Amino acid sequence: MAVAKRIIPCLDVNKGRVVKGINFKELKDAGDPVKLAKQYSDEGADELIFLDITAAEEHRKTMKNIVKNVASVINIPFTVGGGIKTLEDARNLLLSGADRVSINTAAVVNPELIQELMRIFGKQCIVVALDVKRTFDRKGKYLFSKDGKDYWFEIQIFGGKKATGIDAIEWAKKVEKLGAGEILLTSIDTDGTENGYDIELINAICDKINIPVIASGGCGSIDDILKVYKNTEVDAALAASLFHFNKAKLREVKKYLSKNEILVRPP
Amino acid sequence: MVKISIFDYGAGNIFSLKSSLQRNGAEEVSIINDLNLDKTLDEVDGIILPGVGNFDPAIISINKCKSGFSKFIEKNTPILGICLGMEMLFERSEEGQLAGLDIIKGEVLSLPKNLVKIPHIGWNCLEITNSHSKLFEGVPNKSWVYFVHSYYTTPKNSDIITSRSNYGINIPASIEINNIYCTQFHPEKSSTIGEKMIKNFVKICKRSK
Repeated sequence: MAVAKRIIPCLDVNKGRVVKGINFKELKDAGDPVKLAKQYSDEGADELIFLDITAAEEHRKTMKNIVKNVASVINIPFTVGGGIKTLEDARNLLLSGADRVSINTAAVVNPELIQELMRIFGKQCIVVALDVKRTFDRKGKYLFSKDGKDYWFEIQIFGGKKATGIDAIEWAKKVEKLGAGEILLTSIDTDGTENGYDIELINAICDKINIPVIASGGCGSIDDILKVYKNTEVDAALAASLFHFNKAKLREVKKYLSKNEILVRPP
Repeated sequence: MVKISIFDYGAGNIFSLKSSLQRNGAEEVSIINDLNLDKTLDEVDGIILPGVGNFDPAIISINKCKSGFSKFIEKNTPILGICLGMEMLFERSEEGQLAGLDIIKGEVLSLPKNLVKIPHIGWNCLEITNSHSKLFEGVPNKSWVYFVHSYYTTPKNSDIITSRSNYGINIPASIEINNIYCTQFHPEKSSTIGEKMIKNFVKICKRSK
């Protein structure tokens, strides 16, 4: 098998600007989305993900315009997510130039949306985003344990603000069945910490499904990316602050991975 | 002036393809959903069947203008079929119930479920088996291109295959027959090397005028 492991810069967009938050809070400005997209594309990014984190109705148009402008200047694929509630929302973004849409809360509230999207656009267009947090009781289906404490992986919605009672592993299996083409797996526990990806969560999910998975949350260094590829079967690694705040260049990341026998596309 | 039309099944992103064609020498790019007009036939130098959507809905939309499409084939107008646009040209596909366009003999099968993750998403290496392909002018062997698909084609005549990629099994990455060019990957999403292929297709359209 010769498909390369992907490196995906993620651009969280708030009111038309790229921002970076810590644990889904405290937003810092990180630049102009179109300019950053072009830069990352030229530097060797394998794909880009835009998440519209405000996603309030009045900003819909802003995002549509950004998508259009991005699609005119880059020549790699990109996914857009955030606040997609209906088939119409998804269609609008796809027709503006997005290659794939990522749905999260809407998929939990209305799982049929995944099927509807799949029938029209094909499964390769649909990324289902899972925001996951450890919950320390015994109510989940798949229990894990560390330092004498039991916990399970719970799906959160509305940008990590609301617990759902849904077991993430069960949910991952269900969205695969419904027609998701890929899972964007974000660990709320590690997001923004820059202490590394959530290896335990990623393995728990990858073991149970046969669609590709993008790891997200916690990347603070090049080594974190190497670790996630050495220790899990994940297909893509998403990073935000690593690139936005110039802690590493895509070129360096790929060189380092390649030196350590991870197959990547040379920039 | 090179005029290219993208056939729209109404099911996804064709805006990037349009932008890519415009960046790479196509002076006029139109998006059409009807191939019956005689006017179109005379004015178009090349047709693209884009790579987004689902097999049956896409076949339904192109079947509405099947006779128009046949005229393009008779006239030997250059056609570029990308991903689903490639799969549609075959006899049938495991993705759908409807018959394919049956322009290329063979069928479209699902990638092997127990061997690899499906869909095949990401960058994979091209092994160019026909270096004379006009689409690959200036494209080195082992170039990386972007794939996103769950099905692959099995042409009866393997001589038409111009490149292969490996994803658990060997799959045809591109084929060429008469003036029909097909890629399983997405050249419009394959960075500078993909743009080169788009540019080559525009040149092919120019020469065929």
